[in-house]
Amino acid sequence: MIPLSYFLVVSALLFSIAVAGIFLNRKNMIILLMCIELMLLAVNLNFIAFSHYLGDMAGQVFVFFILTVAAAEAAIGLAILVTVFRNRRTINVEELDEMKG
Amino acid sequence: MQLIPMGFEVPNFTPAIPEIFLLAGACFVLLADLFISDKNRFITYLMAQVVLLITAGLVLTNFGSATVSTFSDMFVLDPMAQVLKVALILVTVGVFVYSRDYLRDRQMYRGEYFTLGLFTVLGMMIMVSAQTLLLIYLGLELLSLAMYALVAFRRDDGRASEAAMKYFVLGAIASGMLLYGMSFIYGITGSLYLDHIATYMSSNPVMQNVGLLLGLSFIIVGLGFKLGAVPFHMWVPDVYDGAPTSVTMFLGTAPKIAAFAMIIRLLAEGLGDMVQGWQQILAILAALSVVLGNIIAIAQTNIKRMFAYSTISHMGFVLMGVLAGTQAGYAASMFYIITYAIISMGGFAVIIYLSHNAKEADQLDDLKGLSSTHPWVAFMMMLFLFAMAGVPPTVGFYAKLSVITVVVDVSYTWLAVLAVVTSVIGAYYYLRAIKLMYFDKSDENTSTETIAENNLDGAKPSVANNNSLDFTVLLSINGFAVLLLGILPGGLMALCLRAIQSSL
Repeated sequence: MIPLSYFLVVSALLFSIAVAGIFLNRKNMIILLMCIELMLLAVNLNFIAFSHYLGDMAGQVFVFFILTVAAAEAAIGLAILVTVFRNRRTINVEELDEMKG
Repeated sequence: MQLIPMGFEVPNFTPAIPEIFLLAGACFVLLADLFISDKNRFITYLMAQVVLLITAGLVLTNFGSATVSTFSDMFVLDPMAQVLKVALILVTVGVFVYSRDYLRDRQMYRGEYFTLGLFTVLGMMIMVSAQTLLLIYLGLELLSLAMYALVAFRRDDGRASEAAMKYFVLGAIASGMLLYGMSFIYGITGSLYLDHIATYMSSNPVMQNVGLLLGLSFIIVGLGFKLGAVPFHMWVPDVYDGAPTSVTMFLGTAPKIAAFAMIIRLLAEGLGDMVQGWQQILAILAALSVVLGNIIAIAQTNIKRMFAYSTISHMGFVLMGVLAGTQAGYAASMFYIITYAIISMGGFAVIIYLSHNAKEADQLDDLKGLSSTHPWVAFMMMLFLFAMAGVPPTVGFYAKLSVITVVVDVSYTWLAVLAVVTSVIGAYYYLRAIKLMYFDKSDENTSTETIAENNLDGAKPSVANNNSLDFTVLLSINGFAVLLLGILPGGLMALCLRAIQSSL
């Protein structure tokens, strides 16, 4: 049987890639949205692994809710992206700097 | 044939009736709005207000009753939840009243604004009543998703969409962090229920458990983002600045009350035995928030950005009460957050009052000479600014005093001293705004003339004369509430204390 820690390490790696992606990416907003998805998937992996090793179903139910909410979140995120593109004609992260101070 | 399987118990719906009613009402308003033409939009507004008021009434019907849990103990109705729910519904009612004229002047007077507002309130109410990590997350997301859409409500405005994008990305990161923390808490304690987590904590050595500490830190990062505490505050000024003023007002009031409830549920109820762990982290967050918020606010020329930094410093004060980890501390924070919502609602209302068709009155210079053009509004604004600064006759003083007393009681004296010093620094920019209103001459004369020239039918040339009666009445009530609560704070404080004592 694969030990729990393997799953946790994989999930931690995915989470770190997502966070690094958010902070390093200065080009494309869609990559930002992908990183957010990846972050939630890392969390899902964590929940499923814990749920399996605890023998408790609640964690897996939580994952279903996270997946649903993530879908809704992606819908809103893309809708906002469309309005940004319509107003600015760009989805470059660096050009989102009209407000400062 | 048996339709309901054996062992299935129909849950007790009574504690959740306000939420169920609000959900039904929000859906009804959403559908009914489709049949209402643009010039009758007032009906949608009225329906939304009626739904909110009935929901508040339903919460009040069993006000003061004992704690009831339902839905397999996932949902709880305790005195704290009742007080906070009533507070956030009433604040939303106020925000809707203030928003109406503003929205109408800017072609944003649509039913979706009110429907999204109602769903936001539903999310907040679920958050306030949540007893499991799952429900906290779902309530939070319902609140956030509706809020993202509200910030982006003015679709043709580049600044609003930029603000919405920033809010969305940082909000999503915050949710991700919070969930990652929750997954560790779940994995180690083996339960999603806050009371089971608390039981586990009380019977195991928690401060040596790396997994729990990791979970705790991620949860605090998530909470910090949501509350807008330094160093997770970078979205606050941009979002406050870019969003339409009525949305900024909403964003800066009711969700703060819900965020406070989330902190109490997670940290005090669930992770109460890790108090040594989160106390120090919160102390650092609070100290950074009051210092940075108050100092950067001085450099602002835009009132909305100034209020944003002032919010950051106020959230520092809220965290101070929470980090004490005592019931008196939680009550002081609760008092602070409720009164802060009332104060900042009034502050934003004055900005809305001064904004009219042509422009947003969001620059500090727009306040110049306000006392001669609108003496009553200037007086109200002075009350709100005094309250934010914490000047005695207003409620801000008592709120700050009670929080600082609590912090001293748990011997975080350095934090109390820091809070007082930064409040004095902060008073500078509030007083500067008051000086602009009372001692500076309006440089509006030239612009007033141009407006008068454009007004061919000879309508009144002065600014902001198109606000309805209910706006002005509510503004006056709001101002007097700030004053009255400052003179007689005992009632609300006792209510908060009783709510906390019987809920935790």
